[in-house]
Amino acid sequence: MQLSLASQNGQSAAEAGLSSSPLCIRGLTVSYGEKPAVFSVDMTVVAGQMTAIIGPNGAGKSTLLKAALGIVPPLSGRVQVFGRPLDHQRARIAYVPQRASVDWDFPTRVIDVVMMGLYRDLGLLGRIRGSHRQIARDCLDRVGMHEFSERQIGQLSGGQQQRVFLARALAQGADLYLLDEPFAGVDAATEKAIISVLKDLRAEGKTVVAVHHDLATVRDYFDNVFLINTRKVAEGPVDEAFTAETLQAAYGGRLATAQVDQIATTA
Amino acid sequence: MLFDALFLQLGYNATLVAVGATLLGAASGITGTFLFLRKRALVSDAVSHATLPGICVAFLILVGLGGEGRNLAALLVGSAVSAGIGLWCMNWLTRNTRLAEDAAIGAVLSVFFGFGVVLLTVIQTLGSGRQAGLEGFLLGSTAGMLYSDALVIAGGGAAVLVMILLARRPMTLVAFDPEYAAARGLSVSRIDMLMMALVMAVTVVGLKVVGLILIVALLIIPPVTARFWTERADQVVILSGILGAVAAYLGAALSASAPNLPTGPIIVLMSFALFALSLLVAPNRGVLAAVLRHRRFQRRVHLRQGLLALAQAQTIYEPLTLRLLARAGLVRADGVATRAGRARAAKALRDERRWEILRRDQAQEAAAALYDGLREIETVLTPDQIAEIDGKIVPAREAH
Repeated sequence: MQLSLASQNGQSAAEAGLSSSPLCIRGLTVSYGEKPAVFSVDMTVVAGQMTAIIGPNGAGKSTLLKAALGIVPPLSGRVQVFGRPLDHQRARIAYVPQRASVDWDFPTRVIDVVMMGLYRDLGLLGRIRGSHRQIARDCLDRVGMHEFSERQIGQLSGGQQQRVFLARALAQGADLYLLDEPFAGVDAATEKAIISVLKDLRAEGKTVVAVHHDLATVRDYFDNVFLINTRKVAEGPVDEAFTAETLQAAYGGRLATAQVDQIATTA
Repeated sequence: MLFDALFLQLGYNATLVAVGATLLGAASGITGTFLFLRKRALVSDAVSHATLPGICVAFLILVGLGGEGRNLAALLVGSAVSAGIGLWCMNWLTRNTRLAEDAAIGAVLSVFFGFGVVLLTVIQTLGSGRQAGLEGFLLGSTAGMLYSDALVIAGGGAAVLVMILLARRPMTLVAFDPEYAAARGLSVSRIDMLMMALVMAVTVVGLKVVGLILIVALLIIPPVTARFWTERADQVVILSGILGAVAAYLGAALSASAPNLPTGPIIVLMSFALFALSLLVAPNRGVLAAVLRHRRFQRRVHLRQGLLALAQAQTIYEPLTLRLLARAGLVRADGVATRAGRARAAKALRDERRWEILRRDQAQEAAAALYDGLREIETVLTPDQIAEIDGKIVPAREAH
């Protein structure tokens, strides 16, 4: 089936296999002003696994994610989601932005934020039904925020805010989850709750991609890494791509050699 | 007189003005809420000032064509066109230059308004009587309001409200989290454009009643006022519409009750009165509530510190602490602890020790995170858990 399709399009079988990946990026360049933040990056996300995007500050990790979602316009390059153009697959992608990207004094309750995940189901004029509220409550339950559903979002701690954002993504019922620094500045309880939800998603066959900053937890949390410093440095399973050499290449002098050795050899 | 005005007993024109103003107040309050939530309140000020050159140019064209020059519909179309150009200039400046939005707003507002005033002066030199009424667009003039003017407001307002009913969810989503909205495939720039188009429509429709200088007040003060009373965006929208309508109705009635009271400015003052009231007395977000909350918190801190000082036999120098302890019957006038005071002090110290143990326990991380020096440990742990912790206190002391 795949072979016949590939021959029709004049592509090789390998290319057809790649493009059915949950997220396939080719030659992506994004620039703010005249300095590229991401330069000619290829990325192929493995289905049903967890991938960490890693790199130093300002390496283009978040920008890569935003460009993949069409939030910032790319200068060049192509993005395919489950083998089709991004705009055909919006319903299958859930995005969890950095929590600092919104104003938490916005007049809204926790449950209303989660219900934003049901935006497509509600439509423009559809009424919010009990079934919608039930989905939202279930999602809050999954991130351990059940009793906060009626709270104003301004009363939440940073970790709780992050969990609400994750619950909103869960409400979408997507197949591909893209998270921007989900563990940044959260408490230990939240980190545990989030990673367990992500691992559950993987067990359900969903694909998870997260921008990650804590090199010490990469091995515990993720199957694959994608190292970036404006250009792609390395991509692959943690055992192969997360090594002293690749880290040195991505971070340069910013990581002490001893640090690199310690992280890379921790099995 | 005011009583008559409030019940629409002051004749045809006053009634027309009151009804028109109320509709405008509701429409602008509701529209302005989305502007406020999107944090782009000042853009509306630039938009409204940018209407002036359009009004003048439309007038000149009408006169040039041999017309009378005071056709309201034509003037409003002119104002909408130049407001649109002003809006486009602002967007272009922020997108394609290094100017921040506030600078772009300032530039567009002052240049367009300045140009409009020049045109207004030119028109005044043109000939007798013809310019009459154009200055009315600056601060609004309701004296000669016609039935058709009220119809324009009602029709425009209704159209705006229908659009908002349709677009309220995307507009709220974009206001709260534009990146997430974009990730879901919404066009943030198009939704922003729709929002500004609605603001423009309200501005143009409201020129006759409040004028272009003060229309911003009708868009912004009601949502800011409504925000004091609720924590939900949908309720802010509805409440803002109600507050806008009430302020406009009261303002129109008040200005009709005495000669020479300008309608627009009085409406703005009414709106401000509602704002000031909310600022003071609103629960949670109001100033009085904040002061009371702070005072209550300060008393709790002082009491706690006082009790811990008593338990450790330290002298208390803080007069407020002593006063609070005395008022609670915990110390006598000379600063010596009463029997109740000694008991409470001992409990405070014991709780402090319990917290210390709790915070050292890795398994109790979530409970320990609730420690703030004031929280009663009974609200975090069950009596059994407390007893267990107490078991750990005694051996620790004996070891000394």
